[in-house]
Order: sequence, then C-alpha cells, then structure tokens
Amino acid sequence: MFEWMAWTTPVAIFFTCIVLMLAGMTVWELKSPTTMRKGFLPMATTRGDRLFIGLLGAAYINLAFVGMAGWITEWLSLEQEPSIWISFVVSMVWLVWTLRKG
Amino acid sequence: MSVTTKPVNQKAWFLILPVFICVAFSAILPLMTVVNYSVQDIISPERRVFVGTEWFAAVMRDEDLHAALWNQLKFSGAVLLVEIPLGIALALSMPAAGWKASATLVIVALSLLIPWNVVGTIWQIFGRADIGLMGATLQRLGIEYSYTGDALHAWLTVLLMDIWHWTPLVALLAYAGLRSIPDAYYHAARIDGASKFAVFRYIQLPKMRGVLMIAVLLRFMDSFMIYTEPFVLTGGGPGNATTFLSQYLTQKAVGQFDLGPAAAFSLIYFLIILLFCFVLYNWMQRLGQTEKEGGHD
Repeated sequence: MFEWMAWTTPVAIFFTCIVLMLAGMTVWELKSPTTMRKGFLPMATTRGDRLFIGLLGAAYINLAFVGMAGWITEWLSLEQEPSIWISFVVSMVWLVWTLRKG
Repeated sequence: MSVTTKPVNQKAWFLILPVFICVAFSAILPLMTVVNYSVQDIISPERRVFVGTEWFAAVMRDEDLHAALWNQLKFSGAVLLVEIPLGIALALSMPAAGWKASATLVIVALSLLIPWNVVGTIWQIFGRADIGLMGATLQRLGIEYSYTGDALHAWLTVLLMDIWHWTPLVALLAYAGLRSIPDAYYHAARIDGASKFAVFRYIQLPKMRGVLMIAVLLRFMDSFMIYTEPFVLTGGGPGNATTFLSQYLTQKAVGQFDLGPAAAFSLIYFLIILLFCFVLYNWMQRLGQTEKEGGHD
C-alpha cells in the first residue's frame, strides 16, 4: 500500500510528528484543561490556538527561507544555498516560544 | 454543603468518529498525498526521485506566480470592498414584508442560480463591442472598450462580473440578518429620536455582524479560488492580466502535468487561505468582543 501511493520517509516522519503532537495535546488537555490567556499575540488564546498559530508560522518561516535562500546566497556570497535545517531550527524555536509565551 | 462537580464524560467524542473517517478519506488523506507529491519528481509511476524542497524553492521564486498572487490579492480586496457595502445597501433598501419582499428576493437571487461557465459566456457576449449591450453602449459613448485587448478593461470586466454574480449572496445574507432584529430595538431607537444613520450604526450593523462575517469569509474564499468565469471570459489574458492563482495552478498541473511543482504550489495556496481566514475570523470576533464590552455608554 505504501509503495502504491509513493509515500516517502520524510513525509511519513512529518505526519507522524503531527499526529503525535495532536495526541499529546489531547492527553495534556485531559490531564489539565487549558485556559484562555493573553500573551504577546494580539488576542487571548488557548493552548490549541497557540499550537495552530505556531505551526502556521513555522510553515511560513520555512517557506520564506526557501524562497529567499537564493538572495541570501548572493548577499553573503556563499558557495551553496544555506541548509533548510537553519530555518527548521528557527521555526521550531518560534513554535516553542509561541506555545509558552503567546 | 459540599460542592460536587459533575464528572465530564469524554466518551461522547467517539460519536464524531464516523464523520472523522469520512473527512479522513475526503480531505485529510488527499491533502497528505499532496504533501507527499510536493517533495518528489514523479517522471512515471515507476520512476520517482525525492527532491526535498526543490519544488517549493522553484515555486517561491517564480515571477509569474508573484504576478498571479498580486493580481489575486488586488482582485479579492476589490471584491470585498465593493460587494460587502453594496450588498448591505441592497439589503437595507429591500422591502421588509408582503408580496414585494418575496418578489424582490427571487429577482435578487436570480444571478446566483446561473452556473459559473454560463456567467462567463453571458459576459463574453455582453461585453462584445459589435453585438454586446455593454460593449456596444460603451463604444457609442466614445470609450474604446475591449476586454480582449486592454489589460485594465479585462480586469475590470472580471471584477464587474463577480460583483454582478455574487453581490446578491451578500445581500441575501445581510437581509436575513436584518430581519432577525426584533422590533423592540427600532421602537427604542424611535423613542430616543435616533437618526437613520445611528440606527444603522448602533443597531443594524452590530446585529448583522454574524452574517456579515460569513459573507466576508465566503466571498473572500470564493474570489480567491475564482477560476471558471475568467477562464471563459478572458482565458487569463490579455497577457496575464486576469491570470489568477487557480488559473496559474491549472496551467501547471493539467497543462504541463508538473505534479511536483503543482503540489508545492497547492500547499502554498492552502497556507495563504488558511492564514487569511484565520486573521479575518479572529479580527471579526474581536470586533464583536469590543462592541459587547463597549456596550452602552
């Protein structure tokens, strides 16, 4: 079945992480229900809202990085395009920061 | 007396399982396949190569895409700016009861019943300079109107077509919102000697917020996905003056059968829509919140 739909390992890892995140959030919610609170984001959010905003922001950070990698290469006169792992780390920092302080 | 808290039964969540399975097959799994295709170069079913973020990079740096996105944003912005106020104005001027109300509702809703490609064809003929009512009239008035030759004319014609087709939806929604306001509010306003504008600003507009939010979201999403009407009317031209995102995506995915870039582009498209809807929804929710808190001074 996995061969038939041409699944690749990175995509599988990506979705496994998402599912684990959702499952983790569900368990957390059952253990200690979330409350609305106001952080640096312009509106009061619950934990789930912050996860959504964090993931959406992370996607945008990675996309922007991929889109601008050409410029960055030229600008800093690098020999090859900077690794996508840089933006991945930045986006994960953003995700954790949003979850904690958002 | 001790306060006993009622235990929360979470088992009810299992009741949404059938819906979840349906949605999984109709939306979640297809979306996952799109993600999967966006990181591969599929040459044939047997030959495929993992390319990582290459397609995303190619799509993000595509000048044509930037042009289509900018065009789309301008279009959707114009659609909202015109259709929402116009729809509200239309709803306000519609009769409230009696046979006139029913008759107006039917007439206003007529354009909503016409299929997209027919709307395109209607406007194609309507705008023709030789036999079309609008095209010929404009020619007589001395305006060199041509939706096939002039980029601005083509863009405005597509906008006008969308306004003609979809303002009634906004009007009907706003009308439903208006009719749900109890008479007591109007009585109170009359006692206070409120002006017509004050009635609109402090009674009708806040009471319509819910339906207007739906109208804004629907019109935004629909105009952001617009495809058939400009495809029939202008085919995206002249040049790419009316090439919107969907049209560009179709050229890629169907025309050239580049599944990888098309999938990457679909995901970016999806993310843009997600962001806009999230921001719009939150913004309108917040507007309601401050209005409630501000209440009566």
